[in-house]
Amino acid sequence: MSTLTARLSSRRTRTGSVDKVVLVFGTVCGFLILMAVFGPLLAPHPPSQTDILATSQGPSGQHLLGTDSLGRDILSRLLAGARLSFLGPGIIVVVSATAGTALAIAAAWHGGWLDRGLNRVLNVMFAVPGILVAVLAAAVFGAGFWAPVLALSLVYIPYVARVVRSAAVRERRMPYVEACELAGLSAWRICTRHILRNVFPIVMAQATIGFGSALMDFGATSFLGLGVQPPSAEWGLMVSDGRSELLDGALQQSLSAGALIVLTVVSFNIVGERLSSRIGASG
Amino acid sequence: MTSDRLLSIEGLRVDLPSRSGSRERRTVIHDVTLSVDDGESVGLVGESGSGKSMTTKATMRLLPPGAKVSGGLTFRGESVLDYSRKELAAYRSRKVSMIYQDPRAHTNPLLTIGDFLVEGVVATGQMSRADALDQACALLVDVGVTDAERRMLQYPHQLSGGLLQRMMIVMALMPSPELILADEPTTALDVTVQSEVMAILAEQIRERSLGMLFITHDLDLAAAVTDTLAVMYAGVIVERGPSDEVYSKPRHPYTAALLKSRPSAVKVERLETIPGRPISAYEAGPGCVFAARCPFATEECREVRPALRQVGGRSVACHRAEDIASELFEGLSA
Amino acid sequence: MTTHLLDVHHLRKVFHVGRAKGRSEELVAVDDVSFSLERNSSLAVVGESGSGKTTTARIIAGLESATGGSIELDGKPLASPDSPRSRRLKAREIQMVFQDPFGSLDPRQKVGACIDELLAAHFDHDKAWRRDRTMELLAQVGLDERHADELPRRLSGGQRQRVAIARALSLEPKLLILDEAVSALDVSVQAQVLNLLSDIRESLDITYLFVSHDLAVVRQISDHCIVMDRGRIVEMGSTESVLDSPAEDYTKQLLDAIPRPGWTPSRRRDLPASV
Repeated sequence: MSTLTARLSSRRTRTGSVDKVVLVFGTVCGFLILMAVFGPLLAPHPPSQTDILATSQGPSGQHLLGTDSLGRDILSRLLAGARLSFLGPGIIVVVSATAGTALAIAAAWHGGWLDRGLNRVLNVMFAVPGILVAVLAAAVFGAGFWAPVLALSLVYIPYVARVVRSAAVRERRMPYVEACELAGLSAWRICTRHILRNVFPIVMAQATIGFGSALMDFGATSFLGLGVQPPSAEWGLMVSDGRSELLDGALQQSLSAGALIVLTVVSFNIVGERLSSRIGASG
Repeated sequence: MTSDRLLSIEGLRVDLPSRSGSRERRTVIHDVTLSVDDGESVGLVGESGSGKSMTTKATMRLLPPGAKVSGGLTFRGESVLDYSRKELAAYRSRKVSMIYQDPRAHTNPLLTIGDFLVEGVVATGQMSRADALDQACALLVDVGVTDAERRMLQYPHQLSGGLLQRMMIVMALMPSPELILADEPTTALDVTVQSEVMAILAEQIRERSLGMLFITHDLDLAAAVTDTLAVMYAGVIVERGPSDEVYSKPRHPYTAALLKSRPSAVKVERLETIPGRPISAYEAGPGCVFAARCPFATEECREVRPALRQVGGRSVACHRAEDIASELFEGLSA
Repeated sequence: MTTHLLDVHHLRKVFHVGRAKGRSEELVAVDDVSFSLERNSSLAVVGESGSGKTTTARIIAGLESATGGSIELDGKPLASPDSPRSRRLKAREIQMVFQDPFGSLDPRQKVGACIDELLAAHFDHDKAWRRDRTMELLAQVGLDERHADELPRRLSGGQRQRVAIARALSLEPKLLILDEAVSALDVSVQAQVLNLLSDIRESLDITYLFVSHDLAVVRQISDHCIVMDRGRIVEMGSTESVLDSPAEDYTKQLLDAIPRPGWTPSRRRDLPASV
């Protein structure tokens, strides 16, 4: 991922300068991902270790970001929680991008009723708020990690499918695709080797944007108590946990977890938007 | 001497910021010298990458940001490059008009033809809307549109390409300009429509004795409709002179090669081709821009860039123009 | 046994142009077009935009289906290729080169891979054979090994069109349809490609169907020509006779409109104004 951002940001903009915005926020994204992967190893304290004698403490030499109401080290919990916080949206993005792209290319290739049908289904899906579906899923299948992940995977399909479909329709009409058809290549081959390859940058950009929003939605389900359950560490859950201490003036838990969520969402959105506008501009 | 010229371009050079991001710039026009007098049609002919379109953009000062322009560009003796914002606006809106290759891309699909035609002159305060509409109607009749009033109420998508290009001619004539820049105005049209549009354009130019800079890749067309031809290659004008003479007796190897590589409309024989592909100005070496593809090139041609000089009644940028004259005419039986 | 490679009988194509919901207008793009094409000959279909020349070519190639009429290749009716198998068979018989040199190659596929892909799909040979054949085909169109590893965007318009020709030739088709294949090229490059096409026809047993609006190019490349106007054939015959002594007014108008020295553009008073 970080090599991807490096590669993408090393491409130049039309005005001729390196896109510094992509470089900065891409680096932030890279750090956040590294944190998700190696976070638990870097945590100074075991994230679930409680300390009744030091609850809701402010930042100190021993606990850089202080402790929560059970005396657990907040920094350690943030680092450890990054993994679940990223794994959820990661799965959501991979599943929805894969399914969305497959549907989009199939619709663009086949056209006709399939395309019209998909369009209608997508429109209906757009109308349904993602969080609501996640809440329903948690209600039906029980709260936990998987219910919101699967529900949100479904909800995110149209966001990928709509953009990729229009790109795939454009490719479909290119003479090179007609040339492939005339050469007797199979539809499967044309779709996977030619159309998919040409819309792939768009899929990546959409997935990047989607990751930010998925992290937010996933965090929200945990915040509502429907997603990741205590005592696991997860950022949305930490924001929720910290609420009870807010009145006592211990802001650090909600604030730091909330800040990380905002930073992640903003960084991924900016990188994704930049990439997709760049792709739009160049081709 | 050039002060009374309508448009005079001298040693124009344009460098654009290189796409690869570094400080280096790429030259798109190396050295362009040409002039247009009142009532004169000048054809600027070149292949892709020759810089002909960039020359018109430079003339309108419509270059992309970061472009570096040097050399002289004067309009009626005033330096266009030194124009203030206000002067530039007046120059663009009243003195010079452009006609583009793709009229559909240069019309607003949401405006009726009438609105579109009067927009420019009304917005710049040259005419009241009522006067402008009257004039537009009159001009439409001039360009052979019989039911002008009905056309004014239509939208661009309701008109054919040929008709739309006639609208563009009217649009260009609305502010009573002194110079018309026509950038491949008929390239997107069918031949019979091209003939029609060209006839109208030529007629309007003649009647108003306007100057015209006519940009095209089509040497045959340019030779037929202009008084003076300037042939451009890789950002440099390689030959300039009276159209019929340049066409029938080219003095530059590139002009000759262009003429020979065009399939003849009257006979079939194997085409003489120029090896390689047309290059852009920044790809040219220190010598003559055409040296790499020229069958007559010598060591001198590859090292020293020839300047335009007078040979046989016209300007030619070729070291060997005199030596190879007879060989160039060979095979040209036009 | 006929000597004709291609026989087109009463071809008709009607497009339904949707104006508003429910109502659609019929647009007859090709109307009762019949012609035949001899083996190893070159036939040009000439006309302006809207003449139906490209639609005719696309129907023969199988990119559009005909509304009526029939097409025979080698005396056998040419079915519309709906099954993968018939598409594969047809691919070996008819190939096409498109006008736009920028859109006709996959921007993310290297030149060599583009040809290799077709060879792998149609010929049962090993990798080494395909590699040799790819080089042979590239050499045939005046390119070399260096170009095999390039992406299309690194090539000039003329080079791309050469690749498109090599790709079409790789399937050893009997009929090569060239749809305005040189129209988008610079004059100096156009001449190279026209010469290349003449050379290929001399060395291979191949027949051209050349769609063009450019009469000078048509004279250069074709033995016979068909002039089309608004979906119908207005004149056909040997290229020389049609272009030197046109019988029909429309053909004369086309010829008169070609710019040449001493030509003055003329104004038709009866220009069909669009609605």
